[in-house]
Amino acid sequence: MNINQSAPPTLPYGQPQPAYPGYHPASYGGQPGSTVPPASYGPSYNGPVPGYQQTPPPGMSRAPPSSGVPPASTAQTPGGHATYSHFGQGDVQNGPSSTVQMQRHPGPQPFGPAPLAPVVSQPTVLQPYGPPPTSTQVTTQLAGMQISGAAAPAPPQTGLDYGPPTSGSFPNSGLYGSYPQGQAPPLNLAQGHPGTQPSQRSAPPQASSFTSPASGGPRMPSMTGPLLPGQGFGGPPVSQPNHVSSTPPQALPPGTQMTGPPGPPPSVHPSQAGYQLQQNGSFGPVRGPQPNYGSPYPGAPTFGSQPGPPQSLPPKRLDPDAIPSPIQVIEDDRNNRGSEPFVTDVRGQVPPLVTTNFLVKDQGNASPRYIRCTSYNIPCTSDVAKQAQVPLAAVIKPLARLPPEEASPYVVDHGESGPLRCNRCKAYMCPFMQFIEGGRRFQCCFCSCINDVPPQYFQHLDHTGRRVDAYDRPELSLGSYEFLATVDYCKNNKFPSPPAFIFMIDVSYNAIRSGLVRLLCEELKSLLDFLPREGGAEESAIRVGFVTYNKVLHFYNVKSSLAQPQMMVVSDVADMFVPLLDGFLVNVSESRTVITSLLDQIPEMFADTRETETVFAPVIQAGMEALKAAECAGKLFLFHTSLPIAEAPGKLKNRDDRKLINTDKEKTLFQAQTGAYQTLAKECVAQGCCVALFLFPNQYVDVATLSVVPQLTGGSVYKYACFQVENDQERFLSDLCRDVQKVVGFDAVMRVRTSTGIRAVDFFGAFYMSNTTDVELAGLDVDKTVTVEFKHDDRLNEESGALLQCALLYTSCAGQRRLRIHNLALNCCTQLADLYRNCETDTLINYMAKFAYRGVLNSPVKTVRDTLITQCAQILACYRKNCASPSSAGQLILPECMKLLPVYLNCVLKSDVLQPGAEVTTDDRAYVRQLVTSMDVAETNVFFYPRLLPLTKSPIENTTEPPAVRASEERLSNGDIYLLENGLNLFLWVGASVQQGVVQSLFNVSSFSHITSGLSVLPVLDNPLSKKVRGLIDSLRAQRSRYMKLIVVKQEDKLEMLFKHFLVEDKSLSGGASYVDFLCHMHKEIRQLLS
Amino acid sequence: MATYLEFIQQNEDQDGVRFSWNVWPSSRLEATRMVVPLACLLTPLKERLDLPPVQYEPVLCSRPTCKAILNPLCQVDFRAKLWACNFCFQRNQFPPAYTGITEVNQPAELMPQFSTIEYMIQRGAQSPLIFLYVVDTCLEEDDLQALKESLQMSLSLLPPDALVGLITFGRMVQVHELSCEGISKSYVFRGTKDLTAKQIQDMLGLSKPAMPMQQARSAQPQEHPFVSSRFLQPVHKIDMNLTDLLGELQRDPWPVTQGKRPLRSTGVALSIAVGLLEGTFPNTGARIMLFTGGPPTQGPGMVVGDELKTPIRSWHDIEKDNARFMKKATKHYEMLANRTAANGHCIDIYACALDQTGLLEMKCCTNVTGGHMVMGDSFNTSLFKQTFQRIFSKDFNGNFRMAFGATLEVKTSRELKIAGTIGPCVSLNVKGPCVSENELGVGGTSQWKICGLDPTTTLGIYFEVVNQHNAPIPQGGRGAIQFVTQYQHSSTQRRIRVTTIARNWADAQSQLKHIEAAFDQEAAAVLMARLGVFRAESEEGPDVLRWLDRQLIRLCQKFGQYNKEDSTSFRLSDSFSLYPQFMFHLRRSPFLQVFNNSPDESSYYRHHFARQDLTQSLIMIQPILYAYSFHGPPEPVLLDSGSILADRILLMDTFFQIVIYLGETIAQWRKAGYQDMPEYENFKHLLQAPLDDAQEILQARFPMPRYINTEHGGSQARFLLSKVNPSQTHNNLYAWGQETGAPILTDDVSLQVFMDHLKKLAVSSAS
Repeated sequence: MNINQSAPPTLPYGQPQPAYPGYHPASYGGQPGSTVPPASYGPSYNGPVPGYQQTPPPGMSRAPPSSGVPPASTAQTPGGHATYSHFGQGDVQNGPSSTVQMQRHPGPQPFGPAPLAPVVSQPTVLQPYGPPPTSTQVTTQLAGMQISGAAAPAPPQTGLDYGPPTSGSFPNSGLYGSYPQGQAPPLNLAQGHPGTQPSQRSAPPQASSFTSPASGGPRMPSMTGPLLPGQGFGGPPVSQPNHVSSTPPQALPPGTQMTGPPGPPPSVHPSQAGYQLQQNGSFGPVRGPQPNYGSPYPGAPTFGSQPGPPQSLPPKRLDPDAIPSPIQVIEDDRNNRGSEPFVTDVRGQVPPLVTTNFLVKDQGNASPRYIRCTSYNIPCTSDVAKQAQVPLAAVIKPLARLPPEEASPYVVDHGESGPLRCNRCKAYMCPFMQFIEGGRRFQCCFCSCINDVPPQYFQHLDHTGRRVDAYDRPELSLGSYEFLATVDYCKNNKFPSPPAFIFMIDVSYNAIRSGLVRLLCEELKSLLDFLPREGGAEESAIRVGFVTYNKVLHFYNVKSSLAQPQMMVVSDVADMFVPLLDGFLVNVSESRTVITSLLDQIPEMFADTRETETVFAPVIQAGMEALKAAECAGKLFLFHTSLPIAEAPGKLKNRDDRKLINTDKEKTLFQAQTGAYQTLAKECVAQGCCVALFLFPNQYVDVATLSVVPQLTGGSVYKYACFQVENDQERFLSDLCRDVQKVVGFDAVMRVRTSTGIRAVDFFGAFYMSNTTDVELAGLDVDKTVTVEFKHDDRLNEESGALLQCALLYTSCAGQRRLRIHNLALNCCTQLADLYRNCETDTLINYMAKFAYRGVLNSPVKTVRDTLITQCAQILACYRKNCASPSSAGQLILPECMKLLPVYLNCVLKSDVLQPGAEVTTDDRAYVRQLVTSMDVAETNVFFYPRLLPLTKSPIENTTEPPAVRASEERLSNGDIYLLENGLNLFLWVGASVQQGVVQSLFNVSSFSHITSGLSVLPVLDNPLSKKVRGLIDSLRAQRSRYMKLIVVKQEDKLEMLFKHFLVEDKSLSGGASYVDFLCHMHKEIRQLLS
Repeated sequence: MATYLEFIQQNEDQDGVRFSWNVWPSSRLEATRMVVPLACLLTPLKERLDLPPVQYEPVLCSRPTCKAILNPLCQVDFRAKLWACNFCFQRNQFPPAYTGITEVNQPAELMPQFSTIEYMIQRGAQSPLIFLYVVDTCLEEDDLQALKESLQMSLSLLPPDALVGLITFGRMVQVHELSCEGISKSYVFRGTKDLTAKQIQDMLGLSKPAMPMQQARSAQPQEHPFVSSRFLQPVHKIDMNLTDLLGELQRDPWPVTQGKRPLRSTGVALSIAVGLLEGTFPNTGARIMLFTGGPPTQGPGMVVGDELKTPIRSWHDIEKDNARFMKKATKHYEMLANRTAANGHCIDIYACALDQTGLLEMKCCTNVTGGHMVMGDSFNTSLFKQTFQRIFSKDFNGNFRMAFGATLEVKTSRELKIAGTIGPCVSLNVKGPCVSENELGVGGTSQWKICGLDPTTTLGIYFEVVNQHNAPIPQGGRGAIQFVTQYQHSSTQRRIRVTTIARNWADAQSQLKHIEAAFDQEAAAVLMARLGVFRAESEEGPDVLRWLDRQLIRLCQKFGQYNKEDSTSFRLSDSFSLYPQFMFHLRRSPFLQVFNNSPDESSYYRHHFARQDLTQSLIMIQPILYAYSFHGPPEPVLLDSGSILADRILLMDTFFQIVIYLGETIAQWRKAGYQDMPEYENFKHLLQAPLDDAQEILQARFPMPRYINTEHGGSQARFLLSKVNPSQTHNNLYAWGQETGAPILTDDVSLQVFMDHLKKLAVSSAS
């Protein structure tokens, strides 16, 4: 809410306003009065929300490139209206606070009416775009979105001027009422678009203008800023129409304009009204037009005019529907890019969104499943990069799971000579290496060093300079492949032994009482049959061992020759060692009976235990020593219940102190209590000992400290607070099974090499680094992701682009030493516009979240949040300044590719780590913090912006996943049931007035009131609805790497608070801004930067 | 009273006491001139079938500094119901229970035949015996197998309620929990880390129960021993369990690379055993039985590194100060030994290996605590098996021949003070009026602790006559000594055995003859030998020998009859005649000579020498040689090379070895197989006779001796040849080639030469 308080913007806004007024009148006719209203904008933020609603288009932004947008917008508007009215109500509720109004006028609509070229532009533009659509490309391009928001000033302040302000909300509604009408026509138009694309095309002016822009900047002026961009893109190449048609209702206007009172209500006035949001989405490198993009912007000024219309609306609030909608973007991308395989033969291609299902064909670059970049077009110089402030980062998931249709990387065996590498930079042979001198030498694509080709590797070149055998060799034709490593790549120059799994079970009182031990032992018996195997191996090469512990450790000898397992107690926890060698790590099938006997007896043996104290560090130490003694790498599975307070190394004390929150000392809550774990982790990494930690705390266990070792060794942490077998069994067992069965690479070292000019400088994830270049991973499983940040250290060459090579040396499950290589070629640019056009917001958010989450270790949370906001503002401001067509400063103009940046960033900012609610424990925060550190893009995406799926909206027969709705309370209808998931949690929200029949068929109870709140399992019922919902839940769970426990939440129930926490577009209880508010605030920040 | 010999014998039979002097010189000055100190060999628990213990408690002198026990030497006033302490002359009231006492109705302790009497104490907890096996697993497979069998066998010999525990060690030390069903549990300790008793008890989880235990103890002292430890369980409960456990015992699984010794954590294992008992059963009879098959190679108490190329220390290394681990290891084991002794437990060491096992460093464990030390080549030999079995031999009442936690207190009449003790005991540091300032052996105290003892355990106790020359003792005065031994009988009762003896004082100037006649040269030889061996532990070998020689010469000068400077005139009376010969053999014995013995062997021999009774000790000093021939019945012959004749079979008993040696002719006969011919059955019998006799010795002896059956020219004949007096060597020509005897290839002097020198020195006025 800070936003509200900051008055400054008034001035800036004010200036722009002038432009608006003019427009407004023109476009909206009646609205002209709006000029006045701007003043009203200023005051309050809350207001904006309603305002936004008016302009439905938001969602659109991404998917349909410019061209698509327009129609969309029109289409949306209707929806918008509906919601709008909704909002009106909402407003009332928010009433007092929400005097501020943000208008987001659907660009198109107003334009349509507006005769002025600029104004018109949008609507017209749309039409023109239509034509381009002719080209039936699926790729979606978005025209810039304009959001001109006029914030209604707080009633008191501008009271006089606005007279109505207080009543502002109402008047708004009134306005709205009118507005919709106004919009309606455009809508029609838009809709018409899809249908009658040709006609749209016909819209000559724009089209013409368009082409011209394409040809050169000059044309820009004619175009309305926002539209232009869109036009530029979509126009020519893209066939947006498809788009539009597909998502008629949500479609966005190419340039979505938002007129809304930005954060700073006071400043609001005219300027506010005017601010535009430009979204330039350029998806594919495909569009030629983009380059033009930059130039067209000059036209921006016109934008300014556009906002005008919104201004007319000022009294209204910013319409949430008018601001960029993640759902829309996701849907559009899905529709546009989900159908055709993504072929990786082109440098610098931006892949489809992570939320889109698509196939990848590896033709020389690594699949986006392995590597995603924040930008696929890198500035050539550090100056440009610095100016843009867009972090250059790659999110790498070296062992990512592939869908069954895609082949896993080929394994190349070069025999004793090993993989061929550049002599200087040690890069591995890859498709980008240039063979010269008839094939006798090759030039390294990374460092330009010229190397001899060893005789056994020699091959002739064809007329294009390619090796004749290029297509026979994966390393010359594919983006990802593996080499078999030679003994030189092994520790101690010895081929590794197969790895081992050690299960280390807490058997203290808590673990026994909760039933954990019994459950676990029972499960392990069968689970041991599913240890990861390599390829077609019949049985896993992995050996297993067992340890139980409380404040002493119990090792078990389960040698196959024994009739009974033997327990060996080690009480010397201060100086841990492994008491036995032979018989500790065994082959499952050989020792089956002994193991079974052991697992049967463990729960019995400790059934009467009174021991409540536990140790922790010595347990890990023991596991590590065991692996050391067995001379192998491996993974420890720790099942732990309580704060380790027993006298031993790594002993912890309860230091949980909520009072520290929001102080400079808050960071200590995220830091480890003692350095002992760091040291221990280091040893573990040296041994290739990966630690997976399952926590079952009843109270504070200091996750921050306990997770240090898992974190640094590439392990996962799972936390089941207040574990009870009945409730949490399924979740735990499912997680356990998945974690045990996961394919893991052990004792790994990852190195990212880059073309000269940039350099990997920073790494985020679950690993350890002893120097600045090598990422050491004791274990790396299929879900673990490493985010790498690059910085310039020289110039890049536009021609040759930038290359990344990620080499991962690891030991496979069967004990084979391998090298996995991923190569990716990126474009380089000298124009900022190219950079902005080739960004990926999801990846950006992934990076920024990790950056921020690491930041909290060292800086106060507030500083971290501010840094994020500042960076985001800088990015957007830079765009505005350099890429967007000149327009009124009051317009918020977002690059198409980043139009979701604000909403996502807001989600990051209000996440538990950065802005904890009262119910969030210190452990939860630490847990989430470390969890996010190794998330991939898809995971962060849904984690920060949960999916909210209506279950009862679509007909039961419809088997496909229902389209998601935006995560906001006002999207919930009390007659429906919704599923919400964020990768960790799964809620089933039941509206209070859901039909009885639905309740009956889903819960098997007669009425809403009989549903048990907090239910975690749906009854298995034989009816279509029940089957469908359960099926959907299962499929959602299958998509996530962790099992999501279902919680049934009833509307108006106390559990609903918990649920609402995940409605991230709304204001959060802990003080997190709503999307609309944040957007306003962001706008304000940008304006400040620009001025 | 007949002869002194009979008197001595009778005294030994009745009291288990042999004094060097049976008539005591009455002043300090004279006593010192006697050369051989006034001392005695005491066998505190000498088996006496005719001595049923009395079922009441002894009556003590009421003087706090005295507390002597009522004995036959006390003067009793039957009317006044008073008795006078014969040590401090305190007059004491008889306790109420003695009201019926009269001249004719005397309690046993007043009767002269009960100069030794045993009381049974009914008070106090009866704690079961405890046996804690500490087993080395770094053994060869067959060795381990044999050891396991022996251990399993021993379970059947233990009383059912005895507690047993098991600790195994190799690279790690495992303390096995015996109570558990199903999974066998053990606590494992790193073999390299020295832990304090407290740490050990914490780690074994003994400290927590200890708290309630102590409370329980104060409330119900009877209860505590039975509740506590999971590691020590009654045999009858877990013998199946333990048998299985022993059966499953595997060799230490840690790999031993080429050229290395297995890592053996003996030091830590012992430390844990000690700590375990210390925490659970302090002051309760317990044996820690260490079975080891090699030297400790790691951790505290390591004796040698694990590199095979560096051999274990030899005497040579020790002299050169080249034994780098010795001091530290010795210190470690001494610390353990003292703790063990303080807790009243004892440590046995059964070391079976071809090479040394570190007994030198570990000897204090047994020597201080009264444990056994057994050295053999392998656990798979009858030497070990029989010896081990013999530990559990029982007396006529079916009780083990072992006792625990004994405290020996010595009280003397005023003219005497206690100088010290040599034997398997440790000082309790109880200073008293009767403690001399001059120490001989372990002195400075009037009480010693003997944690483990058996009926043959014998201590040498040394006294000092403190009566001044100018304060003559009245004629007929007697000096008295009381030995009070409190101990835990193997039936777990506490008992007190009291021996009170008295000897006449005599004025050495006027009554030297008496004193001379009452000299017990056997006892004196053993007592002097103990002193010598005791000194040898801390002094250089040659110094000890010189000291012994000087003492001998002085004795001869004092008691010999000779004309000055005329060695041919030298004579010793009967009561001294054998003494020089004992000294001759003592000088050659392995107790003082380290040549040809490893440090371990020396420790082993000395250990036994310091605890055996007089007879056995004498055998050790001067082995016994029997001859079997067709010329007559078996006869003892001189331990002399001259006794080795071709037509004889010799049987030598050195205590540690039994050697049967066939003379050259006999050996040839046997080779020719005459014994198998019916017409030479007498030869067969002749061959058999020594075997039978040897068997008899083997049956009775503890530890079982090494049994050697050899013949003329056999390599093992060295055992005999090294012991006999080399009266014929390659050096004395006259003997060379003669029919009788066999020349010994040695440069050692013969008894003859030794005696000649002795005489010469004795008569010389120069010394």
